[in-house]
Amino acid sequence: MDPHRKRTIRLAVALSAAVLLAGALIYTSFSAATAARTPSQLARQASPGRSYQLTGKVVTGSIHHEGAVLLFRVRDRTGSTSVPVRYAGAVPDPFRDGREIIVDVRRQGTTFVGERDSLVTKCPSKFSASKRPGAA
Amino acid sequence: MATLGRACILLAFGIALYGIGASLYGARGPAGRRRAWAESGRRAVFALAGVLTVAFVVLEAAFLRSDFSFDVVATHSSTTTPTFYKGAAMWSSQEGSLLLWVWLLSLWSSVALVVARRRVREAQPYATAVLLGFAAFFGALLIFYADPFAISSPAPAEGAGLNPLLRHPSMMIHPPMLYSGYTLFTIPFAFAVGALAARRLDAEWIAVTRRFALAAWFLLGVGILLGARWSYVELGWGGYWGWDPVENASLMPWLTGTAFLHSAMIQEKRGMLKVWNVSLVLATGTLAILGTFLVRSGILDSIHAFGASTLGIPFLILIGLMVGGSVWLVASRRVGLRSEHRLDSLLSREAAFLLNNLVLVGLCFVIFWGTFFPLISEAVTGQKAAVGPPWFDRYTVPLALLLVLLAGIGPVIAWRRATAANLLRNFRLPVAAGVGMAALLAALGAASHPAALIMFAAAAFVLAAVGQEFWRGTRARRAMTRESPPAALAALVRRNRRRYGGYVVHAGIAVLFVGVAASSAFQHARDVRLSPGQTTRVGGYDVRYVRPTARLASEKISLGAVLDVRKHGRHVTTLRPTRGYYPSMDPSLGPVGRYFDGQATSEVGLRAGLRRDLWMAIEPDLSSLQPVVRDADRRFARARPDVQALVIAAVAARYERRPPPATFRIIISPLVTWIWLGALVVMAGALIALWPAPLALRRRASAGYAARVARELGRA
Repeated sequence: MDPHRKRTIRLAVALSAAVLLAGALIYTSFSAATAARTPSQLARQASPGRSYQLTGKVVTGSIHHEGAVLLFRVRDRTGSTSVPVRYAGAVPDPFRDGREIIVDVRRQGTTFVGERDSLVTKCPSKFSASKRPGAA
Repeated sequence: MATLGRACILLAFGIALYGIGASLYGARGPAGRRRAWAESGRRAVFALAGVLTVAFVVLEAAFLRSDFSFDVVATHSSTTTPTFYKGAAMWSSQEGSLLLWVWLLSLWSSVALVVARRRVREAQPYATAVLLGFAAFFGALLIFYADPFAISSPAPAEGAGLNPLLRHPSMMIHPPMLYSGYTLFTIPFAFAVGALAARRLDAEWIAVTRRFALAAWFLLGVGILLGARWSYVELGWGGYWGWDPVENASLMPWLTGTAFLHSAMIQEKRGMLKVWNVSLVLATGTLAILGTFLVRSGILDSIHAFGASTLGIPFLILIGLMVGGSVWLVASRRVGLRSEHRLDSLLSREAAFLLNNLVLVGLCFVIFWGTFFPLISEAVTGQKAAVGPPWFDRYTVPLALLLVLLAGIGPVIAWRRATAANLLRNFRLPVAAGVGMAALLAALGAASHPAALIMFAAAAFVLAAVGQEFWRGTRARRAMTRESPPAALAALVRRNRRRYGGYVVHAGIAVLFVGVAASSAFQHARDVRLSPGQTTRVGGYDVRYVRPTARLASEKISLGAVLDVRKHGRHVTTLRPTRGYYPSMDPSLGPVGRYFDGQATSEVGLRAGLRRDLWMAIEPDLSSLQPVVRDADRRFARARPDVQALVIAAVAARYERRPPPATFRIIISPLVTWIWLGALVVMAGALIALWPAPLALRRRASAGYAARVARELGRA
């Protein structure tokens, strides 16, 4: 076969494969993505069975255990609206009252059930580079 | 001392700006004065390294002295922080880590300019200007956004302490390793820009910077490995990789760097893939800056992102400049970057390397897309959404399988065109090993996990291919020299360090992926709530909660458990997982309560073995302790510190005496140790490849290279 034609065919095959893969990537990421929601957004509107990524702060005094299941409430970062969460799985070390968390949840009745091992706790602000009063 | 440190940063910024000007004038100014200005710009890099070393030492000394007049020391260390961690607490802060970054950049840049002194003369001034440009950028951040020498007035009596999660030896070495990798990757980036700007588009810039790219790849790999190890033993979830944005940020430049190390060989040997190589290096340098940006800006939700910061905009401007400049340079020099040869056949080592590159870049793109998907989704749909580990696994598992397979094909397939005889001769044994392994494992019942089974077969294929290459090389050498087999093997590796070091890396990667596949597919994990005396069964092991433990140390209260592990009634091991509670600095939480409202860390119970790891973590239920804690806080709020210490000890003793149920995470995970062993083999291979060749061999290699350059010049 003519070498130029051979190269053109190779390029066309490679580009087609790349376009197909990119298409698959885009399609699957949008269809498999978990929408990020605040507690007040979820309290207003959450379809049963659909997965959401809940972000907010753990309500102080709300953490309880029921066997190996963890029960707690999550509130808005700046606000008091909160939703109840039932969660089983790995609990990160920094998890505690008042800490900012991210957890994948699905609505079941009035409660949001966390997906196993999806709980992420951000490092406490104590260790961020916050300025002390009076810092020069 | 803070004034000295700040003066050094200001001076460093001034030196960097001067050096950029001198280097660019040296590159483009009047011919007669060029060399002097370029040399002056070069010396500015050494001066920068000296000044930043002083700044680094000033801040490090402040941490070691617990000088809380330094704001960054007061917020990231304390008098009770162990000395080892005091020394490393610097890079747990935004300010300290940025200083570490620019200091390492200045050191590595100095080394690079010494090594490249008499080479790539036209490109070097541009490369110097680029390196100093990075230094000026980070210097500006330290001056205008994150001053490491800010003063607390009055100085507090005690500091906040180091984040307990970071109190792990590997975590202390992890950031300098990652930053060394990132900063070393800016060196090939700078020389590639220099080569493009000076239109010196032969392979010399690759020959000069290849060792730096390899060192960057090695150190970044060590950093990633240490991070994975820390995650496994310290974070209390039992995994070593979670597709977290910050983990991904370090993996992306490592993947493109790996691709470059392979494709650079094609350009050096055959003058092909010039556009591809230069693009890979530019992408890798940009991804290294992107990695720093992701950690430091807090733009994506991650356990590592230490809150939002104001660094996002400057970093975005820098990344925009790097991307825009790179695209313009490559596009404007495309004619000079044409390949000298074409791919002769798809059955050739060049084609295998190209496919390996496409897989690595594909992996990088998948990870990039998944990591930044929350921002992409917000831009497209107006709503933030994220993809989780299953999405990453869907793409990375098949690509990783293909990559491991190529790690076996690359070393044995012929250059230019493989004939049927060549294929038969070189692939007979590796294919037999792979097929044999697959058949054996299928017979043992592993067919239920096809991805793992294919990975084991691919790993056997790679190990056989690499073993065959070592055996053939040793045999050929013995035939010539009559040396003993060990002497012939050692001489073979010594005289071909890059080649055989690379083969060792491939073998290590195969071992590492066997560990990943086995521990992912055949793991048994269970979260269970137990009271003392109760037993649970996980993965064929009986785990009995024997008794609780409570210990009061100077910095924390440790609550834990003694677990007796048995199999078929026979004692296997005793594990003691604990959870350490570090006090909060907020005095309003009470003398006892502040321990349980502060930071907690897991000390896992781990029995590591070649066949399997037994991993256990505890989460005590503190709800029954809360009334006691509240009562103690109320009654002893104003008591003397020694009395409060006794009360804390009494609370801990009460937990031991009347223990509530605790939640345990129990994981039986096969072959995890193979991951760490495989990584050690990879490191050993990288060190072999990095180690300088004997002088005589270097001379011979450089003579060969000079001949090739002469041929190229003759052709031009």
